[in-house]
Order: sequence, then structure tokens, then C-alpha cells
Amino acid sequence: MHINELMQFLLTGLTLGGIYALIALGFVTIYTVTGHINFTQGEFVMLGALITASMVKGGTGLWAAIIASILLVGLFGALFERAVIYPARNSPVVTVIIITIGFSVAVRGVALLIWGTQSYPLPSFSSGEPLYVLGATMNKQSVWVLCLSLLAVSLLFAFFERTVMGKALKACAINRVAARLMGISPQRMSLFCFTLSAMLGALAGIVITPTTTATYDMGLMLGLKGFVAAVLGGLTSTTGAVLGGFLLGILEAMGAGLISSGYKDAISFLILLLVLLKRPEGLLGKPDGKRV
Amino acid sequence: MKQKERAKKNYFKCIAQILFMLMVAVIPLLITNTYYLGNIVLIGIYSIVVIGLCLLMGYAGQVSLGHAAFYGLGAYGSGLLTVNWGWEPLPAMLAAALITALVAYVIGASTLKLREHYLALATLGAGVIVYIFFNEQVNLTGGPSGFSGIPYFTIGGWVFSSEVSYYYLVWFFVFVAVVFARNVVDSRIGRALRALHGSELAAACMGVPAYKYKIQVFVVSAVYGSVAGSLYAHYVTFISPSPFGFQASVEFVLMAAIGGLASIWGPLFGVAAVLMLTELLRAVVPILLPTAGGEFEIIFFGLILVAVMIFMPGGLTGGVKDWWVRRSHAASPGTVTDPDKAPEDILPSAGSGRLSK
Repeated sequence: MHINELMQFLLTGLTLGGIYALIALGFVTIYTVTGHINFTQGEFVMLGALITASMVKGGTGLWAAIIASILLVGLFGALFERAVIYPARNSPVVTVIIITIGFSVAVRGVALLIWGTQSYPLPSFSSGEPLYVLGATMNKQSVWVLCLSLLAVSLLFAFFERTVMGKALKACAINRVAARLMGISPQRMSLFCFTLSAMLGALAGIVITPTTTATYDMGLMLGLKGFVAAVLGGLTSTTGAVLGGFLLGILEAMGAGLISSGYKDAISFLILLLVLLKRPEGLLGKPDGKRV
Repeated sequence: MKQKERAKKNYFKCIAQILFMLMVAVIPLLITNTYYLGNIVLIGIYSIVVIGLCLLMGYAGQVSLGHAAFYGLGAYGSGLLTVNWGWEPLPAMLAAALITALVAYVIGASTLKLREHYLALATLGAGVIVYIFFNEQVNLTGGPSGFSGIPYFTIGGWVFSSEVSYYYLVWFFVFVAVVFARNVVDSRIGRALRALHGSELAAACMGVPAYKYKIQVFVVSAVYGSVAGSLYAHYVTFISPSPFGFQASVEFVLMAAIGGLASIWGPLFGVAAVLMLTELLRAVVPILLPTAGGEFEIIFFGLILVAVMIFMPGGLTGGVKDWWVRRSHAASPGTVTDPDKAPEDILPSAGSGRLSK
């Protein structure tokens, strides 16, 4: 095994990890604030990617398309929360899981109707020679992925720690009843965190499209991987989600390179099973008892 | 009074079962078209999976997002044992069921102790792994193109090669599945699980070993999936990984949700409704939207699933039954009702110790 190859896998893993981290953050934000697991997260990723690709194809500037697409998907997330999650807000956790899966199936079907089965490319955000890092190549898009996901993550942290809205979300996550007594509306927070997660998902979809192209069914696997990353981080910690994302990306790239690329997806889900069976509180989470 | 009512209820239940058996026996005489008969065989096979899933969802309050994997383990287990190792179909089916039960036990043993949604997540992961395994073990399973040459089902010297004989075989299994499920529901386990539904804390205080019962129901429900898979493999005699993916797991949940979770006859209804709706949509949508391609009918299934879970968490049969109960109570205000009861609790009426017709 050559050290350059390992370095290459590591870089690929970091790029993948950035994407997974963004999607995982969406899961964690929704789970901590509302207690729901939202399997429609992957469809936000798909919608972000396909809307941007279509707009660019239609002649819109790349950055304008990106911003418009993120806003549109955010709006879609808000509508989804009002139309589907809000009426079911008092249902058991498992019922809401089934509802979000059902909705994601429907969204995927609509995307199939609109965009068909072909894949849509998106140009790289900047052209130029790939970079060389310790003997491994890294194309410009990977740099964009890493930088943008790190930027999004730091903005999110700043938002949670420095703004009133962010603190209200955190309060809601810590104790919903107490937050409500302080005049924070959990329902508004739920609406807000679905919008935020949709936008994060859309960003993830957009930055990965120049390398993988966008298809109507890309959301399923990416959403599930993001979810695995979130579970790896304990489902309740933003730091955990980011670390989980990068860890999963690296493990997956290493597994694909060293073991077999066919089993790349199996490795992620094997990790999910092992974490659920052996350390259900995640790598960073604190063990907690079952809610009776 | 109460006893009289119960006797009456049992009487109707008996009648319903006899009518059901008669209907099953008569159908092949009325429907000679092999395409339709084939569809009814498929309804029977899916019903077995969905009855198992309903036991899990309706009584243990858990959902499996990987039931297609158990179904697939049954199909591949039977297929591989009969083709590669020359086993008889019946022992192969039992061996496949045993393997599936072991897999389910390993998954359930750790996750059922935890919060309610962990089993859903673990089965989701396990489902994807099993699906990838079917695809990647090309030497063993033939990979994505699958493998053929699975023999017809045989018991002793009897070969079930014709459509009609297979129809009777499958519906015999459906009948056994229904009776067994009803016995589970009416047994100590079923009562305990209903108590858990009311209040887990109260049930635990009364000494109900919740975890033990939940895992038993989960393993039973996985075995249902496996047996159905074996029947499927011997019916189509060719298997590939595609009917055992995540999409299939979601479809099983859809069928269970439409049929009604805490009900034994509901699954038959749910499966038939979904299959007929699929056929209908495949016929109608191309006329309305000629450009549409692919499996667009999933839009409707997704939306139906969302609507049923929001507005009728007890499924269609549960929703209708609930409506009926409310209506008849409104008509005769003298009957004793419990206004605090949620729709799901009305369905498995606690007093009778029975769940449904």
C-alpha cells in the first residue's frame, strides 16, 4: 500500500464527509428541536441539485442559481412542515418516520415526472489545475466542497451561540416546556428548523453535483448516509454530526479503496448497525435511558 | 349480557372464517385466467409478509423498514439451498426461516431495549446491507441478474407446478398465518402487548416483560417474511435482488398502513388494494400524461401513506371501524362507551380479549 494512495482516499473521504456533515446537520437540527427524524432530508438534497442544474442550463448565472435554489428549497421545507409535519406533530415518533418516508417517496416520484431519469451536470465552481497535496491530487471542486461546508458549519455554530433565534432553538431542544414558558413558540421553531435543514440539504446537493451530476433518485442514498453520520454523532450534537460526517466519509472512501467499491454503501450501514447495537448514544452523545 | 355478546361475536367470527375459506376454495373455479389467478397468488404471498408486519406495527408499536430483507432472505435461502445443494423445498424453507429468525434476533436483541424508533433504524440499515449482499455476492447469488432454475414446491411426492395447485398452497399458508397471528394476539403475549400500548410504565409495574414479548413478536414477524419469500421463490422460479430493496420495504409498510395495523384481516385488504391501485394507475396515468415514464405511481402511494398516517393512524379498516363504532354509539346513546379511548384502542376492544374480525 502506497502512502500516496492512502492520502488520496483520505482526501476523497474528506470531500464526501463535508457533504455528509451538511446533511447530518439537517437531521440533528430537526431531531433536537422537534424529536422527529425527517427522512425527507435526502429529497431536499436532490431538489437543491436539480433546481440549480436546471437554472444554469436555462442561462442563469451559477451563483444566482445557487442562491435562488437554496431559497426555493428552504421555502419547500417550510411548506412541508406546515402541510405534513404540523398536522402530525402529536403522533408517535414511528408514525412521523413513516410519514416522512411516504412524503419522500412522493417527492421522488414528482421529480421523476419533472426531470426524468437522465442526469443533469453542473459546471465546476471554478476552473483550473487540480491541487497536489502530499502526492495526492485534489480537484478544485473538492476544495469548494470542503470550504463551503466548513463555512456553513461555522455560520451555523455562530447562529446557535450568538443570535436570539439560535438560542431560542437551543432552548427548545433542551426543554420544550420550559422554552414555551419563556415565550418561545415550539411550533414556530419547528417551522424554522425544517426551513434551515432544507437549505442545508440543498447546499449539500449543489456542491456535490459538479462531481457526481444530479439525478432524481440521488436523494435516497445521500439522505440515508447523512442520517448514518448523524447517528454516529449521537443524533443530538451538532459537533457530533460534523465529526460523524467526516468520519463516515473517510471510512467509506478507505473501505471502497482498500476492500471493495461494491461494498462501499454496505460499510456505512454496517457502521450504523454497529453503532446502534453497541453504542446507541453515538460517539459523542451521553448515554440516556429510555423514555417511558 | 357480556357473555352473550361475546358468544355472538365468536359466532360471527366463525362464520367469517368459514366464508373466507369457501371464497378461497371457489375462486379458482370462477377465475380461470392465469394472469388474474397469478395476481391472487401474489396477493396471498404479500399478505403473509404484511400480516407479520402488522403484528409488529399494531401490537408491538414498532416498525420495520427492512422487511423486504427478511422476505429476500427467505427467497434466496430457499433458492440457494434447493438449487446449489439439492435440498427438498420444505426443509429449505424451514432452514431459511431459521436463519432469518437468527438475523432478526440479533438485530432486535439490542435495539428493542432502546427507544421506540431504534428498531426502525436498525432494520433499515440491515435491509440495505442484505440488498447489497445479494447484489455483490455474484458467485453465490448471481449478482444483479439473479439466478433461475429454482424447482417447484414439493411436499413428499406432490409437485405444485400448476397455477391452481400453487394458489391453494399459498392460500393454505395465508390461512395458517392468519390463525397463528390471531392466536398470538389472543394469547398472553397479545394481551400483554395491548397493555403496553396503554401504558408501558403501568404494564411494566404489573410485571409484563415488555422487552421479551417485543422481541418474540419481531422474530415471528421476520419469519412470516421469510416463509413468504420462500413461497415467492418457488412460485416464480427465478429471483434477482430488485424485489427486495428499500422501496419494497416501504411498500410493505404502505400495505400494512392501508390495511390497518391492529387487525388480522386488514393486511389482506391492504395488499389487494395496493396491487389493484398499481394496476389501475399503470392503466390510467399514461392516458392522462402520455409523456410520463417510469414508476410514477409511487407519487400516489407516497401521498396515500402520508394521508393515512395523519388522518387514520389505525389504517383504512381501523378508520372505517372507528367511524362505524362512533356512528352506532351515537345512534344508541344507552351503550357504554369510553370517551377517552383513542381510535386504536377501540379496535382491539379490551373487554372481549379479541382484536378484530
